[in-house]
Amino acid sequence: MSREDYEVVIGLEVHCELSTKTKIFCSCSTEFGGEPNSHCCPICMAMPGTLPVLNEKVVEYAVKAGLATNCKIEQNSKNDRKNYFYPDNPKSYQISQFDKPLCYDGYVTIEDEKGIEKKVRIERIHIEEDAGKLNHDDYGRGSFVDLNRAGVPLIEVVSKPDLRSAYEVESYMRKLKSIFEYIEISDCKMQEGSLRADVNVSIRKKGSTELGTRTEMKNMNSFKSIVRAIDYEIDRQIEVVEEGGEVVQETLRWDDISGRTFPMRDKEDAQDYRYFPEPDLVAIKLSEEYIENIRKALPELPESRKKRYIEEIGLSEKAANFVTSSKYYSNMFEKASEISNNPKAVSNWLMSDIARIMNEKELEPDKIPFTAENLAELVVLIDKGTISNSIGKKVLEELFENPKEPSKIIEEKGWVQISDEGAIREVVLKVLESNSQSVADYKAGKDKALGYLVGQAMKETRGKANPQMLNKMFMEELKK
Amino acid sequence: MDITELTVHELIEKLDKKEITSEEIVKSYLDRIDEKEKDVQAFVTVEDRETVLKKAKEADEKMKNGRTSLEGIPVGIKDNMCTKGVKTTCSSKMLENFVAPYDATVVEKLNENGMISLGKLNMDEFAMGGSTEYSYFHKTYNPWDLNRVPGGSSGGSAAAVAANLVPWALGSDTGGSIRQPSSLCGVVGLKPTYGLVSRYGLVAFASSLDQIGPITKDVTDSAILLNVIAGHDAKDTTSENIEKKDYTKSLKNDVKGMKIALPKEFIGEGINEEVKNAILDAANKFRELGAEVEECSLDIGKQALATYYIIACAEASSNLGRFDGIRYGYRSENYDNLKDIYKNSRSEGFGPEVKRRIILGTYVLSSGYYDAYYKKAQKVRTVIKKQYEELFKKYDLILTPTSPTVAFKIGEKSSNPLEMYLADICTVPVNIAGLPGMSIPYSLSSEKMPIGVQLIGGYFEEEKIFRAAYTLEQAVNFREKYKPEFRK
Repeated sequence: MSREDYEVVIGLEVHCELSTKTKIFCSCSTEFGGEPNSHCCPICMAMPGTLPVLNEKVVEYAVKAGLATNCKIEQNSKNDRKNYFYPDNPKSYQISQFDKPLCYDGYVTIEDEKGIEKKVRIERIHIEEDAGKLNHDDYGRGSFVDLNRAGVPLIEVVSKPDLRSAYEVESYMRKLKSIFEYIEISDCKMQEGSLRADVNVSIRKKGSTELGTRTEMKNMNSFKSIVRAIDYEIDRQIEVVEEGGEVVQETLRWDDISGRTFPMRDKEDAQDYRYFPEPDLVAIKLSEEYIENIRKALPELPESRKKRYIEEIGLSEKAANFVTSSKYYSNMFEKASEISNNPKAVSNWLMSDIARIMNEKELEPDKIPFTAENLAELVVLIDKGTISNSIGKKVLEELFENPKEPSKIIEEKGWVQISDEGAIREVVLKVLESNSQSVADYKAGKDKALGYLVGQAMKETRGKANPQMLNKMFMEELKK
Repeated sequence: MDITELTVHELIEKLDKKEITSEEIVKSYLDRIDEKEKDVQAFVTVEDRETVLKKAKEADEKMKNGRTSLEGIPVGIKDNMCTKGVKTTCSSKMLENFVAPYDATVVEKLNENGMISLGKLNMDEFAMGGSTEYSYFHKTYNPWDLNRVPGGSSGGSAAAVAANLVPWALGSDTGGSIRQPSSLCGVVGLKPTYGLVSRYGLVAFASSLDQIGPITKDVTDSAILLNVIAGHDAKDTTSENIEKKDYTKSLKNDVKGMKIALPKEFIGEGINEEVKNAILDAANKFRELGAEVEECSLDIGKQALATYYIIACAEASSNLGRFDGIRYGYRSENYDNLKDIYKNSRSEGFGPEVKRRIILGTYVLSSGYYDAYYKKAQKVRTVIKKQYEELFKKYDLILTPTSPTVAFKIGEKSSNPLEMYLADICTVPVNIAGLPGMSIPYSLSSEKMPIGVQLIGGYFEEEKIFRAAYTLEQAVNFREKYKPEFRK
C-alpha cells in the first residue's frame, strides 16, 4: 500500500498568548523579555498565602476569540486546577478550565489544497495561565527558573480532528492567526511563542471511520517546522503500520535540525492531573448583555471584508482572499486604496511583487517595512506617468531595503520617467538606426520585433522612458 | 491591678482616660510572657522586646494628639498568616525559616489600626490537627491543666489568650480550628461567615473552608476585633462585597424573642455526658433569658465529617504542592535529580499528619475516584447547606456543643488520627456550610476544664450571634468565676 491508501487525521491544540497589559491573576507586566524574574510578584511566584484575581480583560479577549470563530459562549463558566509538579509551574497547579470552557462548538473556514472551502470545527476555547521558563546551564550546573512568563494569559483553541494534511494545518493556523490579529487579542508572534500548537496526528486506512492511535507533538512554533514535522510523522506512522507494527500513543518532540521526531522522556499521557474546581476563584458568570456588547464591538472580520472587496470594490476572489489573509495586508490595502483611489493596482502590488519579496525574505505580514502611504504614492506616481511600471518595481525593492517616500527615492535615484516627446523621439531614432535587422523583421510581419525595439529603447534610457509614448512613436516611425 | 487580666475594651477605656500607657500594657504582656511562656509554650516566635517597646512608645507619642481606638494595643497572630519581616512557619519544618515578603490583609489591618504584634502563635502543622501536638517545633499546653492539650489547630492563639500572654489573637478555622481550642481553653472564638474576612496572606489549607477570626477574652472584644478584620478585599475574590457593619452595636443584653434550635443529634451519641448537660443547661438559661429554644433534628454530623475530610484534604493536596523545595522553604540536601528534590524535600519537610492528608487528598482527586469521592462530597455539601438554610427559615441561631469532650490529655489521641478527626464533629458542618459560629465558655467540668457552647448563625448574621453570646456571657459570668490554674 502507498501513502495514497491512508487518510491522515490531525487535530490541533493552539495556544495563543493574549496581549493584555497585565498577567491573568496579578498585575505584573506581560511584556516579553526582561531580566529573569523581573516581571514577578508574590502572586505569580506562588508565595504562600497569595490568591489569584482573574483579569477581566482575559475573559473579554477569550469571548472575542470565541465569537470570531463562531463559538457558543458559556454563561456559567469557571476555573479549574490542573495539578502537576514541574519547576516552571510554581503553584504546582496551573489554573485552567476543565469541563466548562468559556467558548465551545465553533468553526473556521479554510481552503484545502484544491482551493475548496472547508469548515474546521472548534471543540472549545478556554483560558489558562502560561508557565515559566527553565534556562538550562550549559555547563550542567543546574537549571534556572524564570517566572516572567508565569501567569501570562493564554487561550487554548482545541480543534476537532478535522484536518487531513500538513497543508490544511498550515491554512488553519494561518486563519486563526489572522483572526486573532484582526480582533487584536494577541500579537501572534510565533518566534516569541505567543502562538504555538500541540499537533495530534494519526492515520487510518481510507474509508475507515475509526480513529487511529495518535501521537502528539508539543509546542510547535513555526509554520515551516509544523509542516515538516507533520509530513515526517505521517510517513513514520505509515511505515510502522506497513511493517506490521502499531503506532504507540506518545508525546513526541520534533527536532528541527535532524528533521525527526523523538519520544519525550516524560510520558505526560501517563500523568493524572487531578483537575478540580479552583476554590480560590468565584465562578465566571456572563450575562447575555455582556456577550452581545462584545459581539457588537468586534471589528470587521476577514470573511466580511472579503465579501465587501469582491462586491463593492470588484476584486477577484483570488485577490480578495489574498488581501484578507492578514489584517496587515488588509489594512494596508484599505488605506492605500483610499489614498491612491486605485484599489486594483494596490491589490495587484500586494498579491504579486510584495508577496513575492515577503516570501523571499521570509517576512510575516506584520513585518512589511513600509507604510500604506508609501504604497499609495507608488501607485499614484505610476498612474500619473511620473515613473513606469518597471521603475515602480525598482522603487518597491528600494522600499523594502530603505523605506522612505517613493517620490524621494525616484528623485535621489534619478528615476523620473522621460515623457518629453523630443527626448523620446531622439532615442527612438537612435534605436531604429542601430537595429536595421529588427526594423526589417517588423516590416516583414514579425510583430515581435517591436517589443525588442522598445526593450532596446528602455535599456538606452535605463527604464525611464514612458512606455506608452515609446510604443506609439515606434509605430509612427516604422510606418514611415 | 494586673493589666494582662483586662479585656481589650477595658484597656481602651483606660487608655482613653489616660490611666495607662501603651508602653505599660506592652511591658506587662512581655513580663507575663517571660513568666508563663515556658509552661504554656504558645509562641513560635516572640517579637524582640526592644522593638515592641519602641513601637509602644511611638504609639504613646501618637496618642498625645488624639487616638484611634486600637492604637498601642498588643495582639498575637497565628503563625499561618504572613507577616513581612517576621517568620511565618505554619509550625512546619518546611517553612522553619520562611519570611514572607508581604503582609496578609488582616495583618495590614491590624497595623493600620496601630496594633502591636507580640509574636506568632503555635499551631498544628499547616493547621491540620485538633491539639497543636502536630507542631514541628513544640507542643502547646493548656493553661487550665498543663498535662492537657489546648486544642487546635489554633492552640497557640487560644492558650495565649487564656494565659494572658496576649490580650487577643487571630486564629484560622477550617474545621473548628478557632472554636475548638477556644472551647478547650475557656475563651471566646469566632469563625466568621466564609467570605467575611479576607484570606489573602493566610497560608491556605483548604481554600473553600478556611476563615480567619478573633480569639478573645470576651464577646465584646470579639466584636471589636471582627470590626477590624471584616470587609471585602480586592485581593481575595471569595471575600464578599457587603456593607460594613459595626458589630459592637449588636452587644445587647437581650435575647427576648430570639428563636434558638437545639439539634438533638448534637447532644446524643459520642458527646460527653458533662458536655451534653452543659448544653442543656445553656438552653435553659436562654429560655430563662427570654429566648425560645426548641429541640429539632439536624442529622448531618457523620456525612459532614466525611465530606469535610474529602474536600479539605483534596484542596490541601493541591494547596501544599507549592512547597516543593524549589523557590523557598525546606530543600533536602539529599538529591541528584529533580524528582528527588521533590520527593525528599517533601518527605523530610512535612510531618506525618500533613502527609496523611496530602495522600488522602491526592487519592480522592485521582481519575477513577473523583466521582465517587470529591464530586459526591460536593453534592453532599450542597445538601448540608440546604438543611441549614431550612433550619434558619425557622430559627435565628443553632445551639450545639463546640467539642464533644473537654481538653484531652497530651498524647491521648495523637496516635489515633480517626479519633482526632471525630473531635471535629460539632464544628466541621459549620465550615462545610460556610456559616458563622462562635464558641463561648460556659462552665467547668468535674475535672475543672472549660466547656464551651457553640452558637451558629445564618450567612452574614454574626450580629445575632453577638447578641445572644453577649447576653449569655452576662448571665454566666465565666471569666469572673473561673481562671486558668496552670495545674501541673
